[in-house]
Amino acid sequence: MLTAQVLYGLTACVIVALGLRAALLHTSLLQRVVAINVMGAGVFMLLIAVAYRGPGLPPDPLPHALVLTGIVVAVSATALALALARRLHAEQDND
Amino acid sequence: MINFASSILILAGLFFYLAGSIGLLRLPDLYTRLHALTKADNLGLGLLAAGLALHSQHLLTSLKLLLIWLAVLAASATSAHLIARQARRQETRR
Amino acid sequence: MNTTSLLVFDGLLLFSIVGLAWASLATTDERRSVILFMAFGLVLAVAWGRLLAPDVALAEAAIGAGLSGALLLAAARKQPRLLSPGSSKGSRHPDGANVSLVSRWAVTLLSAALAGTLAWALLHAFSSTPHDMLPRAISGNLASSGVSNPVTAVLLNFRAYDTLLELAVLLTAVLGIFALGQGTPGYQPAGPIFDGLVRWLVPVLILTAGYLLWVGAHAPGGAFQAGATLAAAGVVLRLAGRSRIGLPDGFVLRIVMAAGVGVFLLVGLTLLLLGRPFLGYPPAWAGALILLIETAAMLSIAATLLLAFVGGQPQSADVNAAANRQREEMS
Repeated sequence: MLTAQVLYGLTACVIVALGLRAALLHTSLLQRVVAINVMGAGVFMLLIAVAYRGPGLPPDPLPHALVLTGIVVAVSATALALALARRLHAEQDND
Repeated sequence: MINFASSILILAGLFFYLAGSIGLLRLPDLYTRLHALTKADNLGLGLLAAGLALHSQHLLTSLKLLLIWLAVLAASATSAHLIARQARRQETRR
Repeated sequence: MNTTSLLVFDGLLLFSIVGLAWASLATTDERRSVILFMAFGLVLAVAWGRLLAPDVALAEAAIGAGLSGALLLAAARKQPRLLSPGSSKGSRHPDGANVSLVSRWAVTLLSAALAGTLAWALLHAFSSTPHDMLPRAISGNLASSGVSNPVTAVLLNFRAYDTLLELAVLLTAVLGIFALGQGTPGYQPAGPIFDGLVRWLVPVLILTAGYLLWVGAHAPGGAFQAGATLAAAGVVLRLAGRSRIGLPDGFVLRIVMAAGVGVFLLVGLTLLLLGRPFLGYPPAWAGALILLIETAAMLSIAATLLLAFVGGQPQSADVNAAANRQREEMS
C-alpha cells in the first residue's frame, strides 16, 4: 500500500462526490455537464492511482488504456450533451 | 556545479511566476494585470526552460524546451492582445 | 527522490486539484466555471505525469482540458446563462432556488456516502495482496505485439475490440450532433496578429500530430493524442474566422468520419477470413497493421472532434459571410 496511491485514491473519491453533488443540484445545464466531467476526472484519478506501482516499477498499462478510452468517450458525450442543450434552448426561445 | 546553476535558473523563473501571480491579484485594472501576467510568465518560463535544459544535458531535450518556450511566447502574446482588444471594444461601446 | 519533498509536492498538487474543482462548481458565472475547469484539467495532466502515466497526461491536456474546454467555452458564449425554470436570476449560489434545504442536505449526504464507500473499497483493495497477473501477461506478450509502448499495445492489440467500440461511440456521438441541427455560424475573420499566429501554428500542429502518431509505437503518444492535436489545428483555424478549417466536403467527409471504425473492421474481418481470430494480428504484421489502423483512427478522431466543435454539419461559406455582414451591421 503506497502513500501516493492512498492519497490520490482518497482525493479521487472526494472529487467524485463533489461532481455528483453539483450534477444533481445545480440548475445551469452547462455547469451540470462540467460537474459530470469532474466526476469522470475523479474516476480516472482512481484508476490511475490503482495502476501506480511505485517509482521503481513500470505502472500497470491496462488502467491507463481504460482511462484514455474514458477521456475520449467523455469528450464525445460532452459534445452531444452541449448540442442537446443548444437545441433545447433554441426550442425554448421559439415558444 | 550544473545542478547548482540549473537550480538557480529554476528558482529565478519561479520568482517571476510569483511576481506575475501577485500582480494578477493586486493590480487594479485588466490591462495592468495582463501586462504583469504576460511579461512575468514569459520570462519565468524562459528561465525555467533554461534551467531544465541545463539539467537535462541533452541537446534534443534542450531544443524541444526552446521550441516550447517560443510557442508559448507567441501564443500568450497573441492571447493577451486579443483579450485587451476585446476589453477595449467593450469599453468604447458603453 | 526525497520522500518528504515528494509528499509536499503531492499535497500541494492535490490541494490545487480539489480547490479548482470546488471553485469551478461553486461559482454562478458559467464562463468562470468553464475556465476554472480548463485549469483543473491542466493541473490534472501534471498529476498524471507524476503518477507515471505520460500517455494519459498528453490525452488529458489535449482532449480533457483543451478540446472539452473549447467546447464548453463555445457553449457558454451563446447565451449568458443556460437557465432552466426555477432558478432565480442573480442568485449567489448555483444550486436551484426552489430546491429545499432538506433535499440539498440529502444529496450532499448521498454524495459523501458514495465517496465513503469508494474510499472503503479502495483501502480494502490496497491492503490485500496485489494481483500481478495482468501486468505480467502484458509485459510477457509485448514483444509479439508489434509495438514497444505497453499502453499502445493494450489499446491497439490486446484490447483492440474495446478501441473499435470506442471509435464507434465517437461516430455515434457526432451522428447525434448532426441530427440535432446545423452547425454554428463561424467567427469573425481575425486581425493581423491572430492571423499571423495561425499561419505558422497550424503547420506546426499538423507536424506535431504526425510525430505523435509515429512515436506512439515506442514512446508516449498514439492515435488519440495525434487526432486531438489535428482537431486543435482545425479549432484554431475556425476561431480565426477561416471558412476552410481542414474538413473535406460532402462525401469525402463521411468517408473520413467512418474511416476509423471502417478500417478497423476491415482489418478484423480480413483476418477472420484468413483463418485467424477477429483482430488477431500475426506477429510479423502487427506493427504495420497497428500503424494503418492508427492513421485511419487519427483522421477520424480529428474530423469527429472538429465537427463536435462546429456543432453540426458545417454551414456553407455563403451563410458564414452573411452572418459576418450582419454582425458588422449591428456593431
